[in-house]
Amino acid sequence: MHTEAMSVEGMIEDMAGQVMAVIKAHPDQSPVMVGIHTGGTWVASEIHKRLAMDVPLGELNIAFYRDDFSRIGMHPRVSPSRLPFDIEDRHVILVDDVLYTGRTIRAAMNELFDYGRPARISLAVLIDRSGRELPIQADITGKTMALNPGEHVKLTGPEPLALVVKESG
Amino acid sequence: MTQTNIQLDKNGHLKHFLSIYGLDRDLLMRILDHARSFAGVGERAVKKVPLLRGKTIVNLFFEPSTRTRTTFELAAKRLSADVLNINISSSATKKGESLLDTLQTLEAMHCDMFVVRHAKSGAAHYIAGKVAPHISVINGGDGRHSHPTQAMLDMFTIRQHKPDFSRLKVAIVGDILHSRVARSEIHALTTLGVEELRVIGPRTLIPTGIEAMGPRVFHNLEQGLEDVDVVIMLRLQHERMRSALLPSEHEYFSLYGLTPQKLANAKPDAIVMHPGPINRGIEIDSSVADGKQSVILQQVSHGIAVRMAVMAMTMGTLADTGTATESGHED
Repeated sequence: MHTEAMSVEGMIEDMAGQVMAVIKAHPDQSPVMVGIHTGGTWVASEIHKRLAMDVPLGELNIAFYRDDFSRIGMHPRVSPSRLPFDIEDRHVILVDDVLYTGRTIRAAMNELFDYGRPARISLAVLIDRSGRELPIQADITGKTMALNPGEHVKLTGPEPLALVVKESG
Repeated sequence: MTQTNIQLDKNGHLKHFLSIYGLDRDLLMRILDHARSFAGVGERAVKKVPLLRGKTIVNLFFEPSTRTRTTFELAAKRLSADVLNINISSSATKKGESLLDTLQTLEAMHCDMFVVRHAKSGAAHYIAGKVAPHISVINGGDGRHSHPTQAMLDMFTIRQHKPDFSRLKVAIVGDILHSRVARSEIHALTTLGVEELRVIGPRTLIPTGIEAMGPRVFHNLEQGLEDVDVVIMLRLQHERMRSALLPSEHEYFSLYGLTPQKLANAKPDAIVMHPGPINRGIEIDSSVADGKQSVILQQVSHGIAVRMAVMAMTMGTLADTGTATESGHED
């Protein structure tokens, strides 16, 4: 097993700048930020802090929208989604830690639309890794990684945030 | 124990939900945790999650019910399942069809879950033992035996107001003898570990030997309510008067009806619950039922969330991989 720890700080700093640019590109759409439970929320709260956004951070728990429920059943602990704002006609910055197959983002977008009709969704991910199974791409990326299907990258946190790459045996 | 518990699958997950008896504290807490997640769904623009899309759930009611059936129906619909309501008392059994024939007919329609209410104790257990392996059975009330989803929605309601069960004194008041709700509540409250459980009612309506299940018995309402955090009132069924177990509605109300004066013996922040439908002026005074301490209508909305949790959990056990759930998502 090979593990490699990476610093997350710099990537988040860089992402905050990119998020700012995306928000500014659509000045007529008021932005809100939503993190995907749990790793996505950690990353989102760091960016949210750096941008000093006045709307509180939202959190999505996509457990009820997963496409593998009939295969793996209920997730043991499901903390409720919290979107303390109206997303109707807003610009939603959706944040996750790792973009891999794209299935989580598909589920998250389905859930978002059950809260309303956003004007736009921008996707921000800390790690954009290879292995997509759906036509989904990130607008904001901390780092791009080409990994084999047997390799996994995982964010640990929340204090401190660190990335671990593992090869599953 | 686990081997013979028909409610659990081989991994210890909830497969059928038939009674509180036989389920441990962890599992009851998991139901309450899941229910809390589902409670938020009812407050959204789209009051639906796609969890049970494509599943067919049959409400099989051999006994009339409004709130239990409608909240099961709403729960199923909020999970995106298709729902079939079958009122058996006005259906095929009148034409002489046996219960098993009815079940097999429904199985042939590829149903995934039966919610069963029946006047005979043990009916849901019996059905759970007979259905095809992919089908889950939920007990919506059987005879005098149990009504586990009602008990769990009451536990959910208590937890919303008083999060620590180990510090609570709870009193169940009224017709304990005929009440499946009371039986399930007693199992749930003792399993969750309340500090003290009391049952209060006339001698004719309290089963002898009930102390063995855990509660302290009181025959005086004022004394029994002394210092309690939660008061659970039970519905008094009119036929009990006719069977000479009680003198009159008027006398029952004067002794066991919950009035503001009697409620004053409980803690000032005590909550008052009732499974409904309520008999105003028989077991509960209107000013209490509609008062500040009453959480009776909250119980109804919590019923939907708790039933969603139980339906999702029992359907989720079809997934047979066992360990895959722990890893979480990384994509």
